[in-house]
Amino acid sequence: MNLTLKVWRQKNANDKGGFVTYKADSISQDMSFLEMLDVVNEGLTKKGEDPIHFDHDCREGICGMCSLYINGRPHGPKRAITTCQLHMRSFKDGETITIEPWRATAFPVIKDLAVDRSAFDRIQQAGGYVSVNTGGIPDANEIPIPKTIADEAFNSATCIQCGACVAACKNASASLFVSAKISQLALLPQGQPERYRRVQAMVAQMDAEGFGSCTNTGACEIECPKEISLTNINRMRRDYFNAKFFKEEEID
Amino acid sequence: MILDSKIPEGPLAEKWSKHKFNLKLVNPANKRKYTVIVIGTGLAGASAAASLAELGYNVKAFCFQDSPRRAHSIAAQGGVNAAKNYRNDGDSVYRLFYDTIKGGDYRAREANVYRLAEVSVDIIDQCVAQGVPFAREYGGLLDNRSFGGAQVSRTFYARGQTGQQLLLGAYSALNRQINEGKVKMYNRHEMLDIVKVDGKAQGVITRNLITGEIESHAGHAVLLCTGGYGNVFYLSTNAMGSNTTAIWRAHKKGAFFGNPCYTQIHPTCIPVSGDHQSKLTLMSESLRNDGRVWVPKTREMAEKVRKGQLKAADIKEEDRDYFLERKYPSFGNLVPRDVASRNAKEAFDDGRGVGSSGKAVYLDFADAIKRLGKHAVEAKYGNLFDMYYQITDENPYEMPMRIYPAVHYTMGGLWVDYNLQTTVPGLYALGECNFSDHGANRLGASALMQGLADGYFVIPYTLGDYLATIGPKPVDDKHPAFAEAKKGVEETVNKLLALNGTKTVDEYHRELGNIMWEYCGMARNEAGLTKAIGLIQELKADFWKNAKVLGVNEEFNMSLEKAHRVIDFIELGELMVRDALNRAESCGGHFREESQTEEGEAKRNDDEFAYVAAWEYKGDNVPQELHKEHLVYENVKLTQRSYK
Ligand SMILES: Cc1cc2nc3c(=O)[nH]c(=O)nc-3n(C[C@H](O)[C@H](O)[C@H](O)COP(=O)(O)OP(=O)(O)OC[C@H]3O[C@@H](n4cnc5c(N)ncnc54)[C@H](O)[C@@H]3O)c2cc1C
Ligand code: SF4
Ligand code: FES
Repeated sequence: MNLTLKVWRQKNANDKGGFVTYKADSISQDMSFLEMLDVVNEGLTKKGEDPIHFDHDCREGICGMCSLYINGRPHGPKRAITTCQLHMRSFKDGETITIEPWRATAFPVIKDLAVDRSAFDRIQQAGGYVSVNTGGIPDANEIPIPKTIADEAFNSATCIQCGACVAACKNASASLFVSAKISQLALLPQGQPERYRRVQAMVAQMDAEGFGSCTNTGACEIECPKEISLTNINRMRRDYFNAKFFKEEEID
Repeated sequence: MILDSKIPEGPLAEKWSKHKFNLKLVNPANKRKYTVIVIGTGLAGASAAASLAELGYNVKAFCFQDSPRRAHSIAAQGGVNAAKNYRNDGDSVYRLFYDTIKGGDYRAREANVYRLAEVSVDIIDQCVAQGVPFAREYGGLLDNRSFGGAQVSRTFYARGQTGQQLLLGAYSALNRQINEGKVKMYNRHEMLDIVKVDGKAQGVITRNLITGEIESHAGHAVLLCTGGYGNVFYLSTNAMGSNTTAIWRAHKKGAFFGNPCYTQIHPTCIPVSGDHQSKLTLMSESLRNDGRVWVPKTREMAEKVRKGQLKAADIKEEDRDYFLERKYPSFGNLVPRDVASRNAKEAFDDGRGVGSSGKAVYLDFADAIKRLGKHAVEAKYGNLFDMYYQITDENPYEMPMRIYPAVHYTMGGLWVDYNLQTTVPGLYALGECNFSDHGANRLGASALMQGLADGYFVIPYTLGDYLATIGPKPVDDKHPAFAEAKKGVEETVNKLLALNGTKTVDEYHRELGNIMWEYCGMARNEAGLTKAIGLIQELKADFWKNAKVLGVNEEFNMSLEKAHRVIDFIELGELMVRDALNRAESCGGHFREESQTEEGEAKRNDDEFAYVAAWEYKGDNVPQELHKEHLVYENVKLTQRSYK
């Protein structure tokens, strides 16, 4: 296949940035999208031009490091996969493909297509855990958990922290991501002792990072590569209101 | 130098408890006077960093990804072993120990492996307490499965994403300590050297991957938890950034490298689709619990399949060769990885491979779907089937998967003693980057176990002993040793940036991979290995003449990052080949064609090779010196592995 790429190039956070057009010729249908970019980058490197920088690592849809806003959609046109799992057979010969970074105030561009998502880490640091130390733990089977609850908690826990939900949202809200972690722990018995403290701390950090508010548009759910559902956001809201109205705990 | 493994005296089952008692403790009030540097935040690094911070030490943790949660542990699918015996099927600490020693083909230390089996039970408790959503049964208790050659069900799992869930557990513990100010996290930082003061590891030199700043960090001890070096083969199931740089540079500063040639080639990976291939994807080995491996019985038929004239489904039952079931009736499709991989290669060498390149065999679920129903198969393997479909555009519910072996895990790594300390005092290695515990072959679901054992339950004890011994004197990055190490790193950076040849760094990496796969892959022999040494030396010389590295240091520079990794892979490749050449026996993942039984199975030579090969760096372009740690077996009898 022969393709035309319109790629966002930006030297660093302070640069204004803009689109640059490249040709990607003799691309195999079996290549992944990132392998296609590898080929383009090899060509650029040979010519002595700076390769297109993008984030990636596992290339199997699990580390959450890859991103890319492809033809107006986070992780490209197909549902329930990440950019690294997208294959060129999903595109047509001769097509023009526009590639941009995630766009959100809370995710500043570092270079080209790579953005800074450390805000997500800070939200997790604010309370996305059960406070147990290593050692001195009772036997694992002393806490029976109904299978349906364990499975539901697992579904929420599959979030890969990629940020596509934020990129998809017109408000750049991080609600889907934040609520997934909150839900996982709120569903499980282990998460109960800190349940209301956690939701307040994480929501407060989310607001402090400059993400927008959720207006129930649902774009996040559609674009999420792990199909994290909007139910998580409802759970987060319920816990948040419960915490604020009935169980407010001091958070420091 | 005499290698001292520091294995405690006494009966096997009491060694660890006694040792823990004998280790010195750090006074609680003194703990905050120590700083520990942890490189890597996978299972080993995150669990170590969190546990040490909980004890009161100050921790500085580093990873090259943009978040500690993205370490490649995240990609582990199948599960984690533990000798809980929840199934009542005869498992025990001793059995897990025995299976691991045997699976490792009698090339691991008894004492280490026993300790691993012993602490395995605590790992599951720890993870559950953190909220890791393991698979459960309707009664609400934890589910298990049997995995990769084990005859008991001792593998705990979280659908096909066990590594992800375990890592998120460790990451959450790490986050809690970051929030409490006990861990300072440095994302997007790459360690490029260790710093030694008076012979002891007391710091590291890192490069900030965004700004390029070369930084010095001082600490009382340095823990390397940097994962495997399988990317020396270019194509592997590792992540794109997985590298050997941290341990290689530590090796050059005095840490011996243990058994570098021990590589695990995993039988169930998605085959290569073309030259553009950048990495290989593993399909969890749990698939072999229900999938049946086969190729057509005849070459003619296989040829037709390759040309697309014949479909798998059209091949009659009697024309199929279920070669693992045929050759190994008692283990069948569940033979260990090295055996399964070698047999797939044999089928390919025999001209009976499938897929357009012939480099594939079938893994068929038709029977399982008939027996269990599609729904049950989907519940067990749904995400793996989806992944396969995404990559190949073929539906495994309807046609058999095509699989082929790929480099997956490196049993070799920095040599460590029982305390996980390398030959450099104060420098430790945890998780996949050390050589311990798995001998010449790792059993499925045992790497996650080892990473977490090292980080949660071993290092918090053994490191304390070292720290108590050296005392809480402040360490300082103003010591001239830091300036010197930093200068060395800067010189390498400048030398790389000055390269303005014609070939990209990736081209060198790919060439190295080809050499390694061809001569130091699933089967090795003297002539090939000897040739490979020459080829790698030529490649290295060529790199420093003709490679092209772009840009400047003071920016986010992919080209420079890769160049650092590739120069280290090239040097490591040569050592791996030398090690493989030295070990003129077959054992575990290391198959020397000169050493096989009449039936073509691997043949060990315990009289000459029951030792760990620990290599000492002797300088640029000088071969390493071999030191031997002889392995003593007091509890198990060495037998030739047989899975017939
Ligand atoms: C696809 C796949 C599936 C697997 N499935 C299983 C399974 O089912 N069961 C099982 O037991 N095992 C499995 N394994 C093996 C297991 O996942 C790994 O051995 C284990 O997770 C390694 O953990 P680690 O903590 O040692 O290293 P990693 O998780 O690889 O972490 C390495 C860390 O080091 C950092 N790092 C590396 N180099 C540098 C540097 N120079 N500077 C700074 N930081 C650096 C990285 O950023 C990262 O944080 C699988 C492996 C793969 C590849
Ligand atoms: S919720 Fe979905 S889209 Fe958002 S970070 Fe998690 S996996 Fe990515
Ligand atoms: S590179 Fe890991 S999810 Fe895409």
